[in-house]
Amino acid sequence: MAILEINDEEQETVNTQNDGEGDALAVDAEFAIDEFLHAEQAKDLLRFSTAGSVDDGKSTLIGRLLYDSRNVYEDQVRAVTGVATSSTGSTNSGIDFALLTDGLRAEREQGITIDVAYRYFSTQRRKFIIADTPGHEQYTRNMATGASTADLAIILIDARKGILTQSKRHAFISSLLGIRHIVAAVNKMDLVGYSEEVYRGIESDLRELVGRSFAAANGDVGGGPTHGQVLAMDGAPGFGGELTVIPVSALEGDNVVDRSVNMPWYDGPTLLEHLENVPVGVTDSTVAFRLPVQRVIRPDQNYRGFAGQIAAGVIRKGDEIVALPSGLRSRVASITTFDGDLDEARAPMSIALTLEDERDISRGDVIVAPEGQPHHATAIEAAVVWFDGTRLETHKPYLLKHGPQTVSARVTQVLYRNNIETLEHEAVPSLGMNDVGAVEVHVVRPLFFDAYAENRATGNFILIDPATNATVAAGMIRRGISGEAWKTKHKPALVFVPEERADAVELALLGDDVPVVRTKVKTPRVLQALLAAGVVVLIEGLAVVEEEHAIDAMELTEEALLERLRS
Amino acid sequence: MSVSTVEDQAAVNTVDASLGQQNTSSATSARLSHLQLLEAESIQIFREVAAEFQKPVMLYSIGKDSSVMLRLAQKAFYPGPIPFPLLHVDTGYKFHEMIEFRDNLTRELGLDLKVWRNEQALLDGANPVALGTQRCCGLLKTTALLDGLRAHGYDAAFGGARRDEEKSRAKERIFSFRDKAGQWDPKNQRPEVWNLYNARISPGESIRVFPLSNWTELDVWHYIYTENIPIVPLYFAKERRMIVRGDSLIPVEQSFVKSLPGEEQWVRSRLRSLGCSPCTGAIRSDADTIPKIIAELVGFRSSERANRVIDHDTDGSMEIKKREGYF
Repeated sequence: MAILEINDEEQETVNTQNDGEGDALAVDAEFAIDEFLHAEQAKDLLRFSTAGSVDDGKSTLIGRLLYDSRNVYEDQVRAVTGVATSSTGSTNSGIDFALLTDGLRAEREQGITIDVAYRYFSTQRRKFIIADTPGHEQYTRNMATGASTADLAIILIDARKGILTQSKRHAFISSLLGIRHIVAAVNKMDLVGYSEEVYRGIESDLRELVGRSFAAANGDVGGGPTHGQVLAMDGAPGFGGELTVIPVSALEGDNVVDRSVNMPWYDGPTLLEHLENVPVGVTDSTVAFRLPVQRVIRPDQNYRGFAGQIAAGVIRKGDEIVALPSGLRSRVASITTFDGDLDEARAPMSIALTLEDERDISRGDVIVAPEGQPHHATAIEAAVVWFDGTRLETHKPYLLKHGPQTVSARVTQVLYRNNIETLEHEAVPSLGMNDVGAVEVHVVRPLFFDAYAENRATGNFILIDPATNATVAAGMIRRGISGEAWKTKHKPALVFVPEERADAVELALLGDDVPVVRTKVKTPRVLQALLAAGVVVLIEGLAVVEEEHAIDAMELTEEALLERLRS
Repeated sequence: MSVSTVEDQAAVNTVDASLGQQNTSSATSARLSHLQLLEAESIQIFREVAAEFQKPVMLYSIGKDSSVMLRLAQKAFYPGPIPFPLLHVDTGYKFHEMIEFRDNLTRELGLDLKVWRNEQALLDGANPVALGTQRCCGLLKTTALLDGLRAHGYDAAFGGARRDEEKSRAKERIFSFRDKAGQWDPKNQRPEVWNLYNARISPGESIRVFPLSNWTELDVWHYIYTENIPIVPLYFAKERRMIVRGDSLIPVEQSFVKSLPGEEQWVRSRLRSLGCSPCTGAIRSDADTIPKIIAELVGFRSSERANRVIDHDTDGSMEIKKREGYF
């Protein structure tokens, strides 16, 4: 309820103007609320994430932000005032700020923040959504969850300790998830005597760290120290961002909402000032119009609307569009909404389009601008955060959800795992819970996508394990992998041939550019892996494997076999 | 802290910051307001659910959040009809004005309304005075809800809960997985990234969907105002018969809520949130228009659920209810 101040101010004005005149006061109060609603209407929205543990004073910082900006209700303050055992030991002014934000019973009992908690507050300028995430290593996945929708990330540093592993993890995850605005709040400045020297040392370390994090998020290994505020902005596609460092004391309130009198050497913004002034709504996307179709709305024969949330760009009535994957073109006949047709709509509005021509478009298709179409591929390279307790298995079937489309997918290769401490690439065969790395993914139908760095909404995906229905990973597409053409020409198969014909069949297939592997191993896992790689597997002997891809070539000529592989 | 100081400093800071941000003004004109952003997000959620589930349903509680949810559903499928029914879990103790409003609205809009009551418990005389609020809610709300969902075989149920309402709700996913018993495990929630919702479930399991997760109470009122959404008249102040007990105003509606001599009075009052008449406290108020309600709200210094008698039973009572299957 930050709006409290506005209201108070307005009441005050009203009182001055209408001394003793009750009726006039009521009229003016109504006028004031109209003005208030008008101002409220104009507010934009900033989503930010925080990460850290109780030790960093993260909950205290958020509590302080809410309390000092008057976003805490009186009954909530009463509920946490004078609590005998405080999880943080913060006893200042009798209010345990951390308890304003620590939600679940289990968390309160253990004194830690386990899951992502969302908080809402507003000031006269802006509305804010905080995704408050835990900082511990075992909760990297929650950190990624919070970061996925954030425009800005606050990384909390304990001034006494400097940069810890957890700060590194958060900086890296934030850059990986494409957050452009990174704020480092160097907290507990009161405990280092508000020392500028301590702060400058940490600030310099932070610039180096964030520079390396952005480099690593783009797939690079190292990256040297970065000077100035702008990092990795050149050379698209790639993540770039801005780092702002602020010395604060959440416990004492220095530079959170109110300017500190204890650090005259700091002339930058307070945390809240920065949050209020960071540009938002300035789209980070560099791509043209994209509408992933969620649903076809067809109440009767006269109306066929393609409904979805615009994932990038702008569309106007009359614009030419291309529907993918069909490639068919048409023009926008109308942009339909409940509130009437629009002449123009932009990301991220949810709308429905009708087209001038009857086109067969269904859920999972994407309607795009003819100029600047998305990439397409059946194999992609992507950064992933592994969520699940069950490790990644290469060649196991997963479901990949990309926008409204869900396709069967296999991770064919783990390219590397990022060491969270050093950000270096480690060669590993698999990824486990809370691991971050890069993988190659093959899908059964082409994906139409943009690189995540170019457009978050068309460059992201999740992986679901169809056996458990668990969401096992979040992925950020870097690029499509070329050289896929031959895979669409022949389908992968297990071909059983008599031993004496194996050489001839192999030569015939190779002659037709079919990738062939000969093996005597009949382990299902190995065969699955080969099929997933898109090759034709020649097995000498009788057809013994019950598999949809199995072809018994005993009775087939080479030509007939090639025909079947092409079908 | 003085507001004007922050404002002045922020203004200074804007000047500083603008040096590096020359090119933001053109993009600013194309910016969506927070309500437009919230609306777009909610509509996307409705469309995902309608596409991915076999048999979704919208839990309709008749309150202001349900009214907003209903409008968003209309928008999501316009010009088509809402492709799922509404389910009202009727405890039998709702205000009569709520039931009238529900029946009129669903008739006017041609909505498919299902009503579910725990008739057996009501026959056995379940009420909050006889059983206590926790047991009464357990039978008439939670059990009725789970039975209603099971009886119709719904695999997804929209609810109007918002994360800003209560601390355990702050951690709820937008797609909130429920096991075969309809229960919520806060320690084992599915990760939820971007707007990619995992709708896959096994038979008997279900998903509760909260399209208003990111709306605040003020957003809801503001939207009702700008969209001119009809709401139950109980939200508007008028002279009402109340049992005045300490700071509480208990509406006179059910005969089993007994008053002491002198407690029953006419009070100019309204309800801030709608529930069962014996357990929903009213507030003294003059707010008889939506702008006045908003004016009152922004001056409010206690959170919305503080006048819900039911939440005071034990610390963390909402989390316990949610684990058991309540919304």
